[in-house]
Amino acid sequence: MNRFLLPLSIFIVVVVFLGIGLKLNPREIPSPLVGKAAPDFSQPQLFEPTKIFSPADMKGKVWLLNFWASWCSGCKTEHPVLMDLAKSGEVPIYGMDYKDQRDEAMTWLSRWGNPYPIVGVDEAGRVGINYGVYGVPETYVIDKQGVIRYKQIGPLDPDTVEKKIIPLVKQLETQ
Amino acid sequence: MIPEIGHFALILALCVAVVQGILPIYGAAVGNSALMAVAKPAARGQFFLVLTAFGCLAYAFAEKDFSVLYVAATSNSQLPLHYRLAAIWGAHEGSLLLWTFILTIWMFAVTLFSAHLPESTRSRILGVMGLVSIGFLLFMLTVSNPFERLIPAAAEGRDLNPLLQDPGMVIHPPMLYMGYVGFSVAFAFAIAALLGGNLDAAWARWSRPWTTVAWCFLTVGIAMGSGWAYYELGWGGWWFWDPVENASFMPWLAGTALVHSLAVTDKRGGFKVWTVLLAIMAFSLSLLGTFLVRSGVLTSVHAFATDPKRGMFILAFLAVVIGGSLALYAWRAPRVGLGGSFATVSREGMLLANNVLLVAAMGSVLLGTLYPLFLDALDLGKISVGPPYFDSVFVPLMAPAIFLMGIGPLAQWKKASLPDLANRLKWAFGVSVVTAIVLPIVMGNWTPLLSLGLLLAIWIVTSAAVTLRERLTHVAGNSLGERLASVPRSYWGMLVAHCGIAVFIVGVTMVKGFETEKDVRMNVGETATIGDYVFRFDGAQDVVGPNYTAARGTFAVSRDGREATVLYPEKRRYTAQNQIMTEAAIDPGLLRDLYVSLGEPLDDGAWSVRLYHKPFVDWIWGGCFIMALGGVLAISDRRYRIAWRRQEPAVPASARAAKRKVA
Repeated sequence: MNRFLLPLSIFIVVVVFLGIGLKLNPREIPSPLVGKAAPDFSQPQLFEPTKIFSPADMKGKVWLLNFWASWCSGCKTEHPVLMDLAKSGEVPIYGMDYKDQRDEAMTWLSRWGNPYPIVGVDEAGRVGINYGVYGVPETYVIDKQGVIRYKQIGPLDPDTVEKKIIPLVKQLETQ
Repeated sequence: MIPEIGHFALILALCVAVVQGILPIYGAAVGNSALMAVAKPAARGQFFLVLTAFGCLAYAFAEKDFSVLYVAATSNSQLPLHYRLAAIWGAHEGSLLLWTFILTIWMFAVTLFSAHLPESTRSRILGVMGLVSIGFLLFMLTVSNPFERLIPAAAEGRDLNPLLQDPGMVIHPPMLYMGYVGFSVAFAFAIAALLGGNLDAAWARWSRPWTTVAWCFLTVGIAMGSGWAYYELGWGGWWFWDPVENASFMPWLAGTALVHSLAVTDKRGGFKVWTVLLAIMAFSLSLLGTFLVRSGVLTSVHAFATDPKRGMFILAFLAVVIGGSLALYAWRAPRVGLGGSFATVSREGMLLANNVLLVAAMGSVLLGTLYPLFLDALDLGKISVGPPYFDSVFVPLMAPAIFLMGIGPLAQWKKASLPDLANRLKWAFGVSVVTAIVLPIVMGNWTPLLSLGLLLAIWIVTSAAVTLRERLTHVAGNSLGERLASVPRSYWGMLVAHCGIAVFIVGVTMVKGFETEKDVRMNVGETATIGDYVFRFDGAQDVVGPNYTAARGTFAVSRDGREATVLYPEKRRYTAQNQIMTEAAIDPGLLRDLYVSLGEPLDDGAWSVRLYHKPFVDWIWGGCFIMALGGVLAISDRRYRIAWRRQEPAVPASARAAKRKVA
């Protein structure tokens, strides 16, 4: 082979990989928690601080746990998707207000709409640590036995909800 | 209105760039001097148009015009003016405008300092730069417009990322971009030479000062980024082998190889094909860096907000620019022919070895940076490549390169004698080895790496001293002062830059070998000891800044019972984004830094505190600045000043020396 073509050939290989790389998400890291029991917690609720929100209350239901915060711009992006999903009634979405100020979180929900039946408050981020939250938003699909079945890092989009979340929820509900 | 003027100026600049990228190159190909003459006014016009756009964006920031999306996203009414102006390059769109602006500055500079170039060469160079500029202007106008409006206007801006609210951040990106984009000149020279088929020593001579200037900027830019990471991130480290750092380091390695290879092409006419390839590589790696930072294909602490459309655009642009130039290279380079032959042991041979090692180092950094992406693309799992890989490939590659650095300048061109070199350097080598072994033992901590680092550093300095002494016996002049003065500046530049590396190595080695670090819980009034220094925590007070509130700790530092200094580390909460920043307090010194950063508040006014004693750490950046100073000395050399003045006839070397004697 012509040695002067070598740099071009190497470059073409690199470009092909970079092109594939564009389609991949380097932040999508398989969570070791998928397939394991969802870590337990009992946190005060956002709107009724005297009441406790705990995954134990959810036994027997398939549900989503969504970590969000009023300061997080990705949460604003996924918010309409959550609203649609909540309206469709396919699966209940429970919120976990992550490292946030209570009043700001409530203002945020009353302004944009509240897709959650119950929101827990994780002011110190301890629950987030147990769940291995990298950054908000993150969403977990939890089955009837309280096992994490899926983890979404970053905002949910309609495509993911349609193709991954809803089929998974339907399948889990038949179990 | 003003933002629209800026937007319009960019559109006009794009039109001018298209003209500049097509007509002069075509004119040079067919020998039409009217078309070639378009290059100069077009380049200057483009410069003024992009300057206008830049000024408009600056105005929007200064006036807090939150109806411009980019201004609203990266600044805030509480943000002080100098940071509002630095916010121009605080995020993707604006930094792209800075990139383009700097590209046009370089173009403008080429039009100013190219009177001595043949018309066809100059028009090809400016044409190629125009083509590069088309890509960036299109990128801005299609998917990254900094002038996009936000209607209705935001009442308040989202504020600049607090990490960037720092004096270092004001200067670091422009420096770095001056370096990145500066390689576009060497690149354009190389492409112009390939197009014209005139790869000769003159081409190398013209490219050299441009490449050196870009290299100096890049060196300073990288050093400032590293310094910023050291004092701003609060981890006490200065280099993390993060993909974005690597993205700036790869062009530096290729650029360093290019600077040396150009020397051979200039002086001996050799390495032509290789030099062209390095010129293409240095700029290609700058572009690749831009892609890696902005496309989100790699995770990094400094990645910009990502958007797949942007990634696609830059990738296509990369493919066209780099692919096109490498294809041109594959087509034209075989006809260039080789330069004069040389023996393995010769200055050419040493410089070739230096080049191979630098490029190998660059390749291994590239591999390490892209490896996670390759594995992921082949579905072989997710991994991350960290400092252990880079450290273990880098040291073995750099150690021989640095060893050669001592010998190269003493070797004759074409053929040198190994026994003769050994004889001339035996004292330098002996002194280096003995000092490198004894010194760490005296300091009480002998490790192989410590000794190796010191050996290399002392070797550079001692061999440079031998080089200088030999040089002094060859130059004209009676007294020592006269002879020192007649050593050319470019020669001084080389020696100074090499010694800069020695200073850098001392810094790295000493920090690795002797730094101490302590994580402690400190109550008010409590003391902690690191080395000879006693730190007393005098409590933390709340303070209010322009756009943040902070807890400021007070640490009284004493040594041998005497007050040495007082340090005030801060933990800041920036109000607009509710972000917490650690502001370390550093007492810098020639021989050591004391470094305190606040961790978390604990009960009763106690804090978790991190203390460092870092010997010689400032030598790391000092070394980089000395390297850049060497570059500056080299380009201030007399022969370039003569080259700029075209009228002055070339003077034979002997006559020049005679003239200087009279003066």
